[in-house]
Amino acid sequence: MMEFILQPWPWYVSGFLIALLMLFLLLLGKRFGMSSNLRTFCSMCGGGKASTFFDYNWKQDSWNLFVVLGAVLGGFFAAQFLSENSIPAISEATKLSLQDLHISTTNAYLPAELFSVSALSRAKTWVILIVGGFLIGFGARYAGGCTSGHAISGLSNLQLPSLIAVIGFFIGGLIMVHLLFPLIF
Amino acid sequence: MKKIIFIVLGFVFGVIMYKSEAASWFRIYEMFRFESFHMYGIIGTALVFGIIFIQLIKRYNIKAFDGTPIIIEDKDRSFARYMYGGIIFGLGWALAGACPGPIFVLIGAGFIPVIIVLMSAVLGTFIYGIVKDKLPH
Repeated sequence: MMEFILQPWPWYVSGFLIALLMLFLLLLGKRFGMSSNLRTFCSMCGGGKASTFFDYNWKQDSWNLFVVLGAVLGGFFAAQFLSENSIPAISEATKLSLQDLHISTTNAYLPAELFSVSALSRAKTWVILIVGGFLIGFGARYAGGCTSGHAISGLSNLQLPSLIAVIGFFIGGLIMVHLLFPLIF
Repeated sequence: MKKIIFIVLGFVFGVIMYKSEAASWFRIYEMFRFESFHMYGIIGTALVFGIIFIQLIKRYNIKAFDGTPIIIEDKDRSFARYMYGGIIFGLGWALAGACPGPIFVLIGAGFIPVIIVLMSAVLGTFIYGIVKDKLPH
């Protein structure tokens, strides 16, 4: 059992557990969605003075901040105690294409060229992280949800808007990876 | 007490995201190149069971733990906001290799640069709130 846990988890185990998590939140009277926390942060910091969008009773969403806290702790625990080998076994074709982008695939859970502390000495890393984060935050709120809210919760409830959003996610992702990555890296 | 339940659920979420590798930039990149079934398997399995759970809740009027009915509001009907917002989100998802959930998981796992992604995502959300009335919805 411990041997199984220490290995990367298979997709069918992970996918089932995510659905179970969504079910639990529904039974607790809540909705599964992570990006709404970003709006809550803005409201907590007084964003209501700048836009009525942030002028609401954020305390009704404070339960989700505890989910966030748990996610941080869970990430720490999984990385520290539940992982023997945390280098994702991506396909050989993907590794080859990453060589062309000068991104190493042999040493870490995330590419060291972007997510190691030493990478922060390059201005380009900062630009990529800042632009990437900005697009995530802006796009998720514009679309009214992210992967958890639309791709999992919304599609599970057979919502057409969520299907449109997920198609949008993929259009954006495909443009970035296939057209823009060769220019960026 | 309820707070502890939410922290535990978040903790389980964090462990799943990390151990499934859905929080890895490499897996997102691989997904957008259609070179592995892994991410599609995760999302697909979650969807199949998600649809079953929600259909069961609706068909048998299953109540929440506190006895209140579970009413899942329909999303507002629109095309522009979901398509444009979705494309913008997708560009960021592929570039930073993380969606909002995994951002928190990765910070916990010790990847300091992801804090920059988080702060910038909060800024992006804030700017959306400022300009939203000027955007097509």
